[in-house]
Amino acid sequence: MAERSYTSREELDQYGFHPGVTVMAPVVCILLQAMLPKDLPWLLHLDLPLIATIFFAVSRRSPIAGTVTGTLIGLFQDGLTNHPFGVEGIAKGVVGYVAASLGFAVDIDNVINRVALVFTLSLCQGGLLYLIAHWLLGQTSYQLLPMDELISALANCLIAIPVFYVLDRFRVRD
Amino acid sequence: MESFFVRFKNPLVLIAIVLLQVIALAMQVQRPAKDADAPAGARANEREGAAPDGRNVSLLRRWTVTAITPLEAAAQSSTSRVRGAWDDYVNLRHARQQNAALQDEVARLREEEASFAEDAAQGRRLQRLLAFREQYALTNVAAQVIGTSGSERSHVLYLDKGSDDGLKPDQPVITPDGVVGKIRDVFPHSSQLLLINDPSSGAGVILANTRIRAILRGSATGQVQIDDLTADSRIKVGEPVITSGGDLVFPRGLPVGTIESIAPDPLHQPYTAILIKPAVDLNRLEEVLVITATSATLPPSAAEDAAAAEATADANQRAADLIAEKLPSLESVAAATNGAGSGGAGAAAGGAAGSTAAVPDDPESQVGGLPGIPNSGLPKSRAALHPDRFSPGAVPPATDMTPGAPSQSQSQSRSPEQQDPQQPRQQ
Repeated sequence: MAERSYTSREELDQYGFHPGVTVMAPVVCILLQAMLPKDLPWLLHLDLPLIATIFFAVSRRSPIAGTVTGTLIGLFQDGLTNHPFGVEGIAKGVVGYVAASLGFAVDIDNVINRVALVFTLSLCQGGLLYLIAHWLLGQTSYQLLPMDELISALANCLIAIPVFYVLDRFRVRD
Repeated sequence: MESFFVRFKNPLVLIAIVLLQVIALAMQVQRPAKDADAPAGARANEREGAAPDGRNVSLLRRWTVTAITPLEAAAQSSTSRVRGAWDDYVNLRHARQQNAALQDEVARLREEEASFAEDAAQGRRLQRLLAFREQYALTNVAAQVIGTSGSERSHVLYLDKGSDDGLKPDQPVITPDGVVGKIRDVFPHSSQLLLINDPSSGAGVILANTRIRAILRGSATGQVQIDDLTADSRIKVGEPVITSGGDLVFPRGLPVGTIESIAPDPLHQPYTAILIKPAVDLNRLEEVLVITATSATLPPSAAEDAAAAEATADANQRAADLIAEKLPSLESVAAATNGAGSGGAGAAAGGAAGSTAAVPDDPESQVGGLPGIPNSGLPKSRAALHPDRFSPGAVPPATDMTPGAPSQSQSQSRSPEQQDPQQPRQQ
């Protein structure tokens, strides 16, 4: 009888990254996010740090790592806005957790799965930011704009495909 | 118990991290104190998100900005070079396609042309800024935009000048076209500019034609609007909007924009939503001016205006004096007051020629008031011409009265029989 070895999906598809990549990739995403809209204002619809959060979360497949990565990226983003620290931190922390949890269930190397994941989580982040602004900060003027959220989610999907492809080059199997 | 933490390790970590951030949020959010005495325009700048951070938060933001802005500044300068090189490349390629024989010559000319055009464009921009500075006679600092917040919900830009260049929070930022926003936070070599279309932004404005005062606010969608006015048929689309100076941030009279649309606000009846088209393209800002102080000396045109205003005020004062002289009631009241101060009804008539100015300042003529502050008390009542029992001073103070004793007025009003019934009637 042939000998079989049972390996969990988590063990099979868990990836790691060089520390330099772990730090520099989100920083570059945040830097581009801050710089590009100066000349191309429509790029504000994009959220490159969100794409980085999702990528690292689904690649590592660790909800704790996903939460921490998302929180740190979000807090860094908060530092560049006039919002209190924690608005993006909470939203991206939750997104990182959900992305890592979903990473167990889906094949992250499939382009369609990646697009669906980014689209869903972009909308989720929009909803979370609305809840934080409305419930935690009491900003009643903050509106949920479904059309804008949809455009942002689609734009993130489009840009996520090449970004994931580039970041895939830096993956190291654990 | 241990198995519980091991089993729910992931959600517990998530809950802990989120909870920590919620607590941090609660500590950061500070509601501005409502100052009832502050003008309405000034309260426009009290919104959350418009004020600088607290000390600890500011430190965190400073670290973040200090980490990012040098990279942004470096990237900005290198982008300019790359853009120039790209232009040169495009020009060269275009020249080759046009004429192979003259490609070197054309390339050189194109390169020079591109360089000159860039210099000329920059020169024109700086010339406009210089002319604007002279026109407004303000102390200001020219700054370059190096980055954005990167968030669709936060309309914030970063400037390449900071506290080392004399910038401070709440200083207004403008361009020759109009108002841009105000400095929200400053760092040593950079600063955070809050645009007027941010939801936390506000400014006191005047509608230039109707002279109606209002408060300008940004919106979540990045639009600039006035939402504190009720429907008024005098307000028309296209009317210019200028700063009122009432917010104590922006100098008075700077162009803000024009009215783009007027529509009823269904969420805040009976107010209207007046949408403003900003005079400045807030999405394409490169150089801005930060007003660090208003000049002590006025420019010639403003000085002429001030002289004319002063002359008008003098003329009005003279006219008021003439009218005052022709109004006898004013003089007689003052004289009567003077007479009362010297005591007695007879003196009131005789004191008509007395000084009217001496009365209010005389502490003897006043009751109560603060020591050292003239006219802070109430004037003493004048003596009555025909005193009765209700006149002040006609009744002795309560301390002098005996319980059960008949009052003086009762004694006087009684008949002799009533005064002493036991005394025999004298015929």
